[in-house]
Amino acid sequence: MGKMLSQSMFNRKILILLCFVLLLLAPLFLSDFRLNLLGKYLAFAILVIGLDLLWGYTGVLSLGHGIFFGIGAYAMGMYLKLEASGNKLPDFMAWSGMESLPLLWMPFQNPFLAIILGIFIPIILAMFLGLLTFRNRINGVYFTILSQALVVVVVTLFVGQQGLTGGTNGLTSFKTIFGFSLSSPTTQTVIYLITAVVLAIIYLGSKKLINGRLGQVLIGIRDGENRLRFLGYDPAIFKTFIYALSAGIAGLAGMLFVLQVGIISPTMMGIIPSIEMVLWVALGGRGTLIGPILGAILVNGAKTTFSESYPDIWLYFLGLMFVMVVVFLPDGLMGLFKKFQGRWSNLHAKQPNRARVEKYYS
Amino acid sequence: MSGTILTFFNGLSLGSILLLIALGLAITFGLMKVINMAHGELIMIGAYVTYVIQSIFLKYVPESFFDLYFLLSIPIAFLIAAGVGILLEVSLIQFLYKRPLDSLLATYGVGLMLQQLARSIFGAPNVGVQSPSFLNGGLTIGTLVLPYSRIFILSLSILCLVAIFLYFYRTGNGRRVRAVMQNRQMAECLGVQTRKVDLVTFAIGSGFAGIAGCALTLLGPIGPTIGTYYIIDAFMVVVVGGVGALVGAVIGAFGIGFFNTVFEYFTSATIGKVLVFMLIIAFLQLRPSGLVSSRSRALDE
Repeated sequence: MGKMLSQSMFNRKILILLCFVLLLLAPLFLSDFRLNLLGKYLAFAILVIGLDLLWGYTGVLSLGHGIFFGIGAYAMGMYLKLEASGNKLPDFMAWSGMESLPLLWMPFQNPFLAIILGIFIPIILAMFLGLLTFRNRINGVYFTILSQALVVVVVTLFVGQQGLTGGTNGLTSFKTIFGFSLSSPTTQTVIYLITAVVLAIIYLGSKKLINGRLGQVLIGIRDGENRLRFLGYDPAIFKTFIYALSAGIAGLAGMLFVLQVGIISPTMMGIIPSIEMVLWVALGGRGTLIGPILGAILVNGAKTTFSESYPDIWLYFLGLMFVMVVVFLPDGLMGLFKKFQGRWSNLHAKQPNRARVEKYYS
Repeated sequence: MSGTILTFFNGLSLGSILLLIALGLAITFGLMKVINMAHGELIMIGAYVTYVIQSIFLKYVPESFFDLYFLLSIPIAFLIAAGVGILLEVSLIQFLYKRPLDSLLATYGVGLMLQQLARSIFGAPNVGVQSPSFLNGGLTIGTLVLPYSRIFILSLSILCLVAIFLYFYRTGNGRRVRAVMQNRQMAECLGVQTRKVDLVTFAIGSGFAGIAGCALTLLGPIGPTIGTYYIIDAFMVVVVGGVGALVGAVIGAFGIGFFNTVFEYFTSATIGKVLVFMLIIAFLQLRPSGLVSSRSRALDE
């Protein structure tokens, strides 16, 4: 009886499906402002799945995902900016004394090209850095430091090239997308729905990837890279692939982000945002797909509430959360959840617990 | 010609600052394989300690003794930063050995909190520290003026380097530290108290961060994020230099400082940073584990 109850309570598939339906129905009962916020969180949730594939499943920690997110956002922003200025010179370029559209901006006149570039520039950048480091077995903390240095480099570049990127102000004051006004609630609702659907697709795709052979190899790299190497796999290729994939996902998330928030600037892709993304994964539970999504939504919800009323406390809170999660909750909220779930089924099941047996004999 | 000398000197100066910061990092990382992301905030603590001592001197001490504040603040910054380091090690890092990525995140969290703490106490805007009068002005060579403050930092970092060298290679404690670095289990078997070595070494590494912060007050106003500005470059020094010996950190620091200045001289500050990063990546293709790495046949190093 109890077992059945616990089974139906914890039936993952139904629960997730319900959540998704709830997300799709959200425009019906949320105000425009709240919906916009939720859409932003969902964009972050997309990014966080990619980051989790990299960190949670492959064991490679990147502190530089803000960059890929930012590049995606800038790609979309450049297109929006060009459309807002009627394919003439955007305002900030005129201010910094440019006369004709720079070559770099040319491809972004076409929205489809902009979307493709927004995904592929991060992928190529990640492949470049990934191949050059993983091939030489630069692993663990060394890679993490390099990925953070990448953030500093790219952010300085974006701030420094005032005429090309809008400097510290970034890109803003967009008007339309495909001719639809960005400020109209209908457009925003459609963008929100697209974000939710993209999230679902990325989630399902990642689940398939993780449950397949490739996923097993990735987990193998995380748990015993050398063993895998001795079995004839080349971890560098797999790591580079997953790094590039997660960078592409981050770019996609960035695009959806800028459509809903309407601004992208270097501070949104810098060191602090990049490390916040890692916290979302850690808090939700690395190595699970649903955990990081929850983490992203929870932390951002908390951030919005907190920093509205107590902006000073937010950094304390963020720092404290890092320490707490790492020390007390290494498996995140999902780990906590699983623990309780395990206790629950232990209470109601008399037969020997398989998990416990495995723990002692493996 | 004078431009070349000036660039060279600036490179040397930046290198010495990086060295001062990276020395502490190289020690803690080399010993415990722990990347202490709060190192930048220890630097900030050192800088604010200098600021506080300066303010006390301005208020209570006769003007003729004002210059002494700086000489006093160097050891005090060392002690306070070392104390914070000990606190950090005892309360947090010791639980996270063998989980390097986790300790990286946790120390980052501590860093964020310390930053915000500084912001709450001293305010978000930068505060200026008045340099002691004997460091104003500069050494004139022909048409060149080399600021005394930068020469002082250069000498300070060399002094610290010598002190660390003597400690590591000429004392019993230093020998034990090197033993633990090379082979922790074996050192433990031979009776080295690794816990104590860890704690003392971490404290020393943190203390040098305090001295670095003290030195940074000579270069300009200080703020809560002063550490973050330099820390990533300092990490690059550790990556490039390797963690086997002090030589690696020295060459790494002066190398990065020098190339940074040269690239910035010929291009712009932003492009210079990009070029240095590319150079580091290219360098790592040749020496993936840094310039100097302790040889070991262990698989996972």
